[in-house]
Amino acid sequence: MAETTVGSQAFAPRSGGRAKFLVGGLLIIAAIVYLVVTSLSSTAQYFYTVDEIQAKGASLVGKNLRASGAVLGDTITYDAKTLTITFDVVHVSNDAADVEAAGGLAAALHNAASDPNATRMTVVYVGPKPDLLQNEAQAIVTGKLGEDGVFYADELLLKCPTRYEEAVPAQAEG
Amino acid sequence: MLANLGYFALVIALAAAVYAAVMAGLAADRHKPAWLASARHAALLTWPLTTLACLALIALLLTDQYQLEYVHSVTSRAMPLYLKVTALWGGQAGSLLFWSWLMSTFTGAALLRKWDRDRAFMPFVIVVMMITLGFFIGLVVFFENPFVRLWQVANGEVVGSMLAPAGGLALLPADGRGLNPLLRHPGMIVHPPMLYIGFVSFVVPYAFAMAALITRRADDEWIRTTRRWTLVGWLFLSLGLIMGGRWAYDVLGWGGYWGWDPVENAAFLPWLTATAFLHSVMIQEKRGMLKKWNMVLIILTYALVIFGTFLTRSGVLSSVHAFAQSAIGPSFFAFIALTFVASMYLLFREWDHLRGERQLDSLLSRETAFLLNNLLFLGIAAVVFWGTVFPMISELATGQTITVGPPFYNQATGPLFAALVFLMGVAPLVAWRQASARQLGRLLRVPFVGALLVVAGLMLAGIRNWGALLGFGISAFVALTTLFEFWRGTRARMRATGEKPLAAFVTLIGRNRRRYGGYTIHLAVVIMTIGIVGSNFFQIETQGQLKPGEQLTLGRYVVTFDGLDEFFTEDGRQVARATVSVYRDGRFISQLHPRRDFYVDSGQPMTIPGVRSTIEDDVYVLLVTWEPLAANGATFKIYVNPLVNWVWAGGGVFILGTLVAAWPDAAEARRRLAAAVAAAPARL
Repeated sequence: MAETTVGSQAFAPRSGGRAKFLVGGLLIIAAIVYLVVTSLSSTAQYFYTVDEIQAKGASLVGKNLRASGAVLGDTITYDAKTLTITFDVVHVSNDAADVEAAGGLAAALHNAASDPNATRMTVVYVGPKPDLLQNEAQAIVTGKLGEDGVFYADELLLKCPTRYEEAVPAQAEG
Repeated sequence: MLANLGYFALVIALAAAVYAAVMAGLAADRHKPAWLASARHAALLTWPLTTLACLALIALLLTDQYQLEYVHSVTSRAMPLYLKVTALWGGQAGSLLFWSWLMSTFTGAALLRKWDRDRAFMPFVIVVMMITLGFFIGLVVFFENPFVRLWQVANGEVVGSMLAPAGGLALLPADGRGLNPLLRHPGMIVHPPMLYIGFVSFVVPYAFAMAALITRRADDEWIRTTRRWTLVGWLFLSLGLIMGGRWAYDVLGWGGYWGWDPVENAAFLPWLTATAFLHSVMIQEKRGMLKKWNMVLIILTYALVIFGTFLTRSGVLSSVHAFAQSAIGPSFFAFIALTFVASMYLLFREWDHLRGERQLDSLLSRETAFLLNNLLFLGIAAVVFWGTVFPMISELATGQTITVGPPFYNQATGPLFAALVFLMGVAPLVAWRQASARQLGRLLRVPFVGALLVVAGLMLAGIRNWGALLGFGISAFVALTTLFEFWRGTRARMRATGEKPLAAFVTLIGRNRRRYGGYTIHLAVVIMTIGIVGSNFFQIETQGQLKPGEQLTLGRYVVTFDGLDEFFTEDGRQVARATVSVYRDGRFISQLHPRRDFYVDSGQPMTIPGVRSTIEDDVYVLLVTWEPLAANGATFKIYVNPLVNWVWAGGGVFILGTLVAAWPDAAEARRRLAAAVAAAPARL
């Protein structure tokens, strides 16, 4: 927001009236800062890995969370009547260097899903079953952690490591 | 062969750009007109060279030359011809090449058109534009080369390189990977070029602004010279944004058109500062004020244009670490930092010369209204910028990534947008210098009462959402004040000249294109606001699994599932196409075909909605999953998006208004040319 401070010096009203304009400008800037801070605190989502969520546990209950993990295909259940999907995800590192070291996202997801000791988390989501929801897909879930340790997702994005170079808008998936 | 030719042309273009920048700078320093002419020729030469490179790449794309890494990664044999051409900007390397070509085209246009008129600026215009062009061609030549071939090296890895690596075997894949299905849409023909044209055209006013700073000309010649560039660039950027929204609505299948995605924000940010710039230059032209401020705005716009390209192209969005690994990310970052610092240095050097000729007189004046408009636009830009970079900053600062989504943007920018639209209704009625509150009150009384009546009517109709009531109320208020301005002008003209109403209206606009073009754009914004408020606050949705013959109810609509066809297409899609009937209040109104296209070779599905669109609302039906008919039937998701068509209709009015405002004014052009010719011998 450096631009706004530069701006307030850029106009030079009559010296007597200058204070009025400065006060007015500062009030507007304060209002904008206030809007950003309040909106941020009520809507920010904290990105955690499955490991981190399981380690922090109860302290995260009620916060807006975002988590990503590898989907375990044989845990997927779908109740078509209530459109309720339940599945487990296992921990995948969100560090690009680790993913690169594993040989790319597809390999990292595969390693995670085949590791019996990897940390798991159960996810519940209500909605139509996306057909990208399959074994070893990367699920990015947004929602809240319940007291029961289950992740209740409002939003479910799925990424299958595709062969395309383009990054597509996030809303395109899932 | 063709690949070598294309690459060779680019290398020469890079050399020409560097030569032009250096020579133009030296020519101005040593006062050598011949050197300047040489610099100009070199700058003009970049156009045929980049054109050749683009044509070479298009020819390679069209003729299925899959031994090239780029061709292999963005096309396949099954793709229709037009998509193979658009694949030019379908991937990283090609889009940077396309950017360079546009930049070179605009340079040529600016140098050919303005050469005689703005002699003093020209050396530095060439310097700035050639540095920008050189940077982009440099990225293509050194980091993201679309002409590299695929080779298999000894350890079995496949690499891309211009020359054969040691022990490398040339690969000749039989087919390419194809363009990402999301990009296989007719929107691909127009949307990316429009955004890019918008981006690139802002380099022209920036170059003239820098030339004005370097040559220490504190007047507003640079603004007048580039006014039309700015407007046209702004029009294309606006169109690019609107068409991007339309594309998302038609293809991405989530029921909306704007998701505050970083890629969208990247294009929206320069639009915001450019819009502030368009408004505040009027103050400089009319009153000789805000000179420094306008410099700041055009510098910011240029920085954000490059930043926008950087955001979408550097990989920084997926992760800060991916950014560090990408070849072009750090280059972009350095380029933005360098140009920004250099521009700011030039600005501060001229700080004292850019003092306003007048000072602000009163808090209640047109000048203050413009200032407020600027603050609000920049405020929104700051919020969007913060939201876009916040995940990266939090990741760098704390290691903990904190992301923000649409709720953040809606909550933080909503009140600012509301204030801005409201101001749009009041400002045109506020007098210059010092307005009287009483007179302003008299002018606003009727629109205000009208807006209150609209709100009361909506409340009677059962609308209780205060945000929507405020949005519609402000829209009604601004529509009334703006229409009132048209009427006031027409009436004054009828009285003065005795013309008939229509004739008076037409000449009024013809004589004041800028002003009434601007008001038409304001009306367009009101129409879009109505659409945005309607579709944001009143969207309803439902979903469910249907067997043939079953139905879903949503609001006044009933949708029944009639049947499902499955078939394969020539371009490699497995299509599931449902037929549904839409009833409104019990009466059949339409049959829709929501589709699910599965791209077999890439394993990627796409959801194409079936939409019934009217001015009142859209019924938007998605086929989410389907199973063999004997089993459970298909799952549908249905949205009703009220007033969403107003967004697109507003877009149409928007174009009209901008064209009216930008249409060349023959009288003004003659006047300025005469003045420039008279002054020319004195310069350089």
